[in-house]
Amino acid sequence: MRKTFEHMVQDSDTLQGIRAGHSFCPGCPGALLHKFVAQAMGPNTIISFGASCVALPGMIFPQATTLGSIYISMASSASGLTGISAALKVLKRKKRLKSKEKITPIGIAGDGSACDIGFAALSGAAERNDDGIFFVFDNEAYMNTGIQRSGLTPQYSWTVTTLQGKQQRKKNIPKIMAAHDIPYCATVTYAFPEDFISKIKKAKEMGPGFKYFHVLSPCPTGWKFPESKTIEVSRLAVETGMWDLFEVEHGKLRITYRPKRKRAVKEYLSLQKRFAHLTEKEFESIQQTVDKK
Amino acid sequence: MAKQMMLTGNYAAAYGVKLADVDVVPIYPITPQTSIIEKIVELIDKKEIDAEFIPAESEHSVMAMAVSAQATGARCFTASSAQGLVYMHENLFVASGCRLPVVMCMVCRALGTPQGLGYDFGDALDQRDTSWIQIYLEDAQEILDMVIQAYKIAEDKKVLLPVAIAYEGFAISHYLEPVTIPDREMVKTFLPAYTPHVALSDVENPVQMGYCDMNGSLMTEIRYQQHEAMENAKSVIEKVDLEYGKIFGRSYGGHIEKIMMEDAQIAILAMGSIVSTSRIAVTTLREKGLKIGLLKLRVFRPFPWEKIIDITKNLKMLIVLDRDVSIGSTGIVYSEVAGALYNLEKRPLLLNYILGLGGRDITVEMIVDIVSKSINDTKNGKVQSHVNWYGVRGL
Repeated sequence: MRKTFEHMVQDSDTLQGIRAGHSFCPGCPGALLHKFVAQAMGPNTIISFGASCVALPGMIFPQATTLGSIYISMASSASGLTGISAALKVLKRKKRLKSKEKITPIGIAGDGSACDIGFAALSGAAERNDDGIFFVFDNEAYMNTGIQRSGLTPQYSWTVTTLQGKQQRKKNIPKIMAAHDIPYCATVTYAFPEDFISKIKKAKEMGPGFKYFHVLSPCPTGWKFPESKTIEVSRLAVETGMWDLFEVEHGKLRITYRPKRKRAVKEYLSLQKRFAHLTEKEFESIQQTVDKK
Repeated sequence: MAKQMMLTGNYAAAYGVKLADVDVVPIYPITPQTSIIEKIVELIDKKEIDAEFIPAESEHSVMAMAVSAQATGARCFTASSAQGLVYMHENLFVASGCRLPVVMCMVCRALGTPQGLGYDFGDALDQRDTSWIQIYLEDAQEILDMVIQAYKIAEDKKVLLPVAIAYEGFAISHYLEPVTIPDREMVKTFLPAYTPHVALSDVENPVQMGYCDMNGSLMTEIRYQQHEAMENAKSVIEKVDLEYGKIFGRSYGGHIEKIMMEDAQIAILAMGSIVSTSRIAVTTLREKGLKIGLLKLRVFRPFPWEKIIDITKNLKMLIVLDRDVSIGSTGIVYSEVAGALYNLEKRPLLLNYILGLGGRDITVEMIVDIVSKSINDTKNGKVQSHVNWYGVRGL
C-alpha cells in the first residue's frame, strides 16, 4: 500500500531525530529534514552543522537533535564532514573505533553557509570525494539573520537587502555539484517524502564518496506564506517546474518525478508575499524560463 | 634506539609528528611551512607514518578539519604561517572552545602588507587571545622534542587545550642541524595513543560539540574554565619538561630558560632566534665585566608572570627585545612583562626594543649596542625612552 505523506510523518515521529522544544519557527520544514535524515540514516551518523536555522536545534541547549553533532563555524560544515570522515577512516584502520557498524558523516548547512561563504569547503570536499552525505537546507536567503539575500535567492524575490526584488538569478548549485563528478547528487523537497527518503537511503548504501543533496526548504517567515502551507508550497514548486526532482548517479541524470501537466508558476509565486510586487511581465519571464528547461 | 640525523626545523617537526603517532594531518601549503607537508607526505608514503593526510582547499578549512577530526577521536596535527594563520583565525577559537588538544606548528612569517617572506612573530602573536598554549622555540632539536611534549601537555585532562609550537620561518624552519631522534617505543610509552573522554565516534553516546550561548548564560563560566585550564597548564608544562628530560636527556627549562642569570643585574628577555644571537652577545658582555644575563621566554601562553616576577625582581634593568609590535602601542611581549611587574614595590627598570621585523637580520653587535644604549638611557636611575624602534632607516 502506498503510504500517504501523513503516514510518513507519523512514522518518523516515532523515530529519533528531533525532540520537542526545538527552535524552529511554526511551519518550518527544518524539523522534517532532521526526521527524514534520522529515519533514513539511523543512529550511526555524525552531523557537521553549518550556520543555519536548521543547525540551531543541535546548538542551543537543551539540544533537540538526537544524533551526535559538531558546529564549527559558518563556512566550515563541509570541512567538518571531511575531518570526521578522515578520522573515522584512520581510527577504523588502527582499531580504535568502539562501534563495529559503519558510521556515516553528514553535513547539514544552509544555502548561504554552504553555497556562498562555505562554498570553497563544499567544493573541496566534493573534489577530494570525501566520504559522506551533504545536505543543503536551501531556504533561498540568509533567514537566520533576518532574510538577507544569498546567492541562492531567486530572481525578483524580495529580501531585506533586495527591496525592489533581486536582479540576479539563483546560483545553480546542484548543477555545479554534479559537475564535480561526485558519485551522487540529488534534489529533494518535503512534499515528496518517499522520493526524499529513498534517495538518502540510496546514498547511504553507495560505496565511499561524496554525495550531495539539495533540499528546497520553503520558509514561511522569509517567503511570507501562512505557516500551514509549507508542504503545499513545496509541492507547487515541483508541480510548476520551479524545482526539479532529479538525481545524478555516477554522471547519469534521472528525473525522479515529472509532473503530468505543469501548473502555472504564478500559482507557486502568488502564494508567497516575497513575490507580491511582481509585474505580469516578470511572471511571464519566469514562466518562459521554466518552459524553456 | 635513538639516532642522529641532519634535519631542518620543519623536517624535525615532521619527525615529531611521526613519533607522536598522529592520526590526521589536514594542511594547506604556505611558505615557509611547506617543507613540513613535503616531509609528512613522504613519511606517509614510505609507511613510516600511519595517518590520513588531507590536502585542504584553505587554512580556514584546515582548522575546521583538525577540529572535527580531533572531536571524532583522532590525534591531529597541522602547520601554517602568516596569512594562513590569519585566515584560520576564526576556527582557532573553536579548537580551544571545544577543548580539543590539536597541535600546530606556527612557522612564523611577517604579515602582509607589505607582503614578504621574512620572519617576525606578528602572525603567531596575533593568535594570542585564541586560548591556544603558545611555545616559542629556538632550534630543530627543540622543535622535535616539543611536538611530542605538546601532545602530552595538550591531552592532559587538567589542560585539554590546543598547543601552538612557534618558530621563525627560514632562520629556524630551513636551517639544517644535527637532531637526535628518540626511540619510537620509548616515545610510545611516554605518549600513548590518543584516548579522548568524549568523542563523536562514540555514536552510542551522542554528544553535541560547538555549543551556542545566546545570552551570556554560560560564556563567563566557559571562559573561566579555559582560563583555569591555562593556569593548570603552567605546572603541566614544567612537569612534562622534567619527565621528558629524565627519559630522553633533554629539558628546556619549562616556561623560561635562565642563561647566566646567577649574579646578573641586567637581563635581556627575548623569544626564538634572537635568543641564540643574544647568547653570544651576553657572553661577550660578560667577558667585559658586565653582570648581564639572558631570559629565553619559551611559553607565551599561559603567560608565566609569577616566574617573571620571581626571576627579575632583583634586577636593576630588564631589556625586552620584541620581534613584533602592536602598532599604536609597544612590543607585544614588553606590554605583558610590564603588566606582570607593575604591582611590585621594587622592580627593574624596563626597556623595550622593537627590531628585526620582516626578517631583518639581528646581529651580536646590535644586541651589544642595545645594551649600551639602555645603560646610557638609564644613567640617572630612570628610563628616558621606554619604547624604542631599533634601526629604523631614515630617522
